[in-house]
Amino acid sequence: MLLGKVIGTVVSTQVYEGLQGVPMLWVQPLAKDGAEKGAPIVCADGTRMAGPGERVYYEGGREAALLLDPWFVPVDHAIVGIVDGVEAPGWKGGPA
Amino acid sequence: MIIGKVIGNIHSTIRHPFYGGRKLLMVEKIETDGAPASGYLVAIDRAGAGAGETVLVLDEGNGARQVLESKDGPVRSVIVGIVDEINESKTP
Repeated sequence: MLLGKVIGTVVSTQVYEGLQGVPMLWVQPLAKDGAEKGAPIVCADGTRMAGPGERVYYEGGREAALLLDPWFVPVDHAIVGIVDGVEAPGWKGGPA
Repeated sequence: MIIGKVIGNIHSTIRHPFYGGRKLLMVEKIETDGAPASGYLVAIDRAGAGAGETVLVLDEGNGARQVLESKDGPVRSVIVGIVDEINESKTP
């Protein structure tokens, strides 16, 4: 899993079977010090509770598809949880 | 498996039910000389590791599910050991 910051939401009405009602969030991946790193990705929100501004951790690949209900839908990144705090020296990525 | 160094804890309340109560650690990947590499990962701790320790991380889904005794858990990275010593052989 990696850490990311939710920077927006993605709305889509025509989606593949099984993805109806699954929130899609726009996530900026974070480096180990909390700095933004790489291009933003779209993640399915497995918690269904994350929103813009929050720090999250997400899983990529096959495991992302195992995270949702219904199970095994076509996604490649999915949010596993919302970060309350990161306790790491040098971390400057929030949340505040 | 990869060798990494624990650099921090992740605190989280809202999370996937499979992750409920499991300890999450931030692990920095390291080079062969022990210097930090650029990558990191967030892994479930099954070895009782703590900050600063060198750990063995399993970063593969099927093995991770086996370690956590789950058939369909959405998990890939698990800390499966704490490294005491690494001996690098110089023999060609």
